[in-house]
Amino acid sequence: MKNFEYAQPTTESEAVALLTEPKKETAILAGGTDLVGLMKRMVVTADRVVNICEIKSLQQIERDDSGSVWIGAAVCLDEFLDDKNTDEFPSAKQVIQGISSIQLQSQGTLVGELMRRPNCWYFREGHGLLADSGRMVNEGDNRYHAILGNRGPARFVNASRLAPSLITLGAQVRIIGPGKDEEQILDLASLYRTPAADSELENVLQPGQLVTHVIIPAHGDRLSAAYEVRHGEGPDQPLAAAAVSMDVVSGKVQNASIVLGQVAPEPWIASAAARSLCGKVVNEETAAIAGIEALAGAMPLSQNEYKIQLAQVAVKRAVLKAAGYDTGGLDSPMLNEPSASPSLETHIA
Amino acid sequence: MSQQSSQGVSRRGFLKGSGAAVAASTVVSSTEAEAAAPGLQVVSGETSITMKVNGKSMTAKVEPRTTLLDVLRYQFDLTGAKPVSLDGSSGASTVLVGGKAVMASTTLALAVARKEVTTCESLGGDVVPAAFVEHDAQQCGFCTPGFVVAVRAFLNRHPDATEEQIRAGLNGNICRCGTYANILQAVISLVKGN
Repeated sequence: MKNFEYAQPTTESEAVALLTEPKKETAILAGGTDLVGLMKRMVVTADRVVNICEIKSLQQIERDDSGSVWIGAAVCLDEFLDDKNTDEFPSAKQVIQGISSIQLQSQGTLVGELMRRPNCWYFREGHGLLADSGRMVNEGDNRYHAILGNRGPARFVNASRLAPSLITLGAQVRIIGPGKDEEQILDLASLYRTPAADSELENVLQPGQLVTHVIIPAHGDRLSAAYEVRHGEGPDQPLAAAAVSMDVVSGKVQNASIVLGQVAPEPWIASAAARSLCGKVVNEETAAIAGIEALAGAMPLSQNEYKIQLAQVAVKRAVLKAAGYDTGGLDSPMLNEPSASPSLETHIA
Repeated sequence: MSQQSSQGVSRRGFLKGSGAAVAASTVVSSTEAEAAAPGLQVVSGETSITMKVNGKSMTAKVEPRTTLLDVLRYQFDLTGAKPVSLDGSSGASTVLVGGKAVMASTTLALAVARKEVTTCESLGGDVVPAAFVEHDAQQCGFCTPGFVVAVRAFLNRHPDATEEQIRAGLNGNICRCGTYANILQAVISLVKGN
């Protein structure tokens, strides 16, 4: 690791002041589960590391007057799991349970998970996000790379496992900096971008900016679920993933939202797939059609065509799971009928 | 591949010119109190910190880049936690900080200053290592200290865990000998014992 300066601010304004030091590359440290490994590999070579975990205002989960839940940037994944305020976001909890490493859950933060740098092995070996304008990925081993949104030079997939579910839940982020007292609220989906040049990151944060909170609006009776296709149990990134949230009124879907993970350089919003569900009864057939719609524009690379089917399955199972159907797996009995969950009875009476 | 690392685009390169306009309303808030001096302190070079390790107050000389694992192994001679993976993916460096399982290899020592650290060395009288012995839950033993601490943290959090919860909850540790079946039995015995 290159040596660096270290600071541990106790207020948000101190953090911004420390992050905006001229001519210094700064890095934000929370749990460190991603950053410290990247610094050891010299992929990140910051001059100054700012640990935000001692800032009181970032350590809480709170509900505001409108019912939205604010999760501070120092809140760990297990604290999110344990908090009663987050019970109405089952899809996010399912993803954290799937991360299934007690260390990552108790050391890693929710915001840190959203900001995790791509797992692309060319990036992690120091070849940059675009890895020679996409050439290394095209000509090399691209089995885990993007199948959507990959027509530009970026071929990595966004690393966050939580982002798809939080986007379907309508989450926003609060960002402070780089100016003193500067603050903005941004849709979580707008935090991410597909870089088109080596000078761009996979998110829109400027130097000196910091995500302080994730804000999830009250969800009421809206159904949500996430499904990850993994090659085994464990904390490895999934091969494909999808999250869905939807209202079901008189047995029919209204206002569905579907977002895919692990398929594109940013969380992939599948609007056509969500539209295909609207007005329909959720069953194997309508859920499968949503999966096919979601992947209609897929452009696989030389070694990852298999991901298309996995992503279709992820969408189908996320939709079925949200509607209370059993999709198998460790946490549920093998049934192919709607479960007798109270939420489903309310919605499909 | 590692020789090529230095040719990669640095994060500084990415950050330059990444100031894309953000499509969002900007509001000004002054909820935070004016910056207090201690929080603005910047540490560089070597500095002394203290932490409470296995109940004992200990002092270490660290640089900002020193990890908790470096301090435990090379200054405190607590070699139970193992350096296996750069990114903590093996779980072999698991210790408890404030009662929570963390990977000492991805934790900076400065972030643990004044906190309570528990390593496997303090679990000698605990039921977890005894159950590992009872169920022959190790072969080469290199992963065992990390596993023992992770199991302790897991049982503190889920004293009544089911077998499925145990299988899912201990995924952060890797055993290259493949003694998972016996580790599982050891943990199951402790749940039932509770």
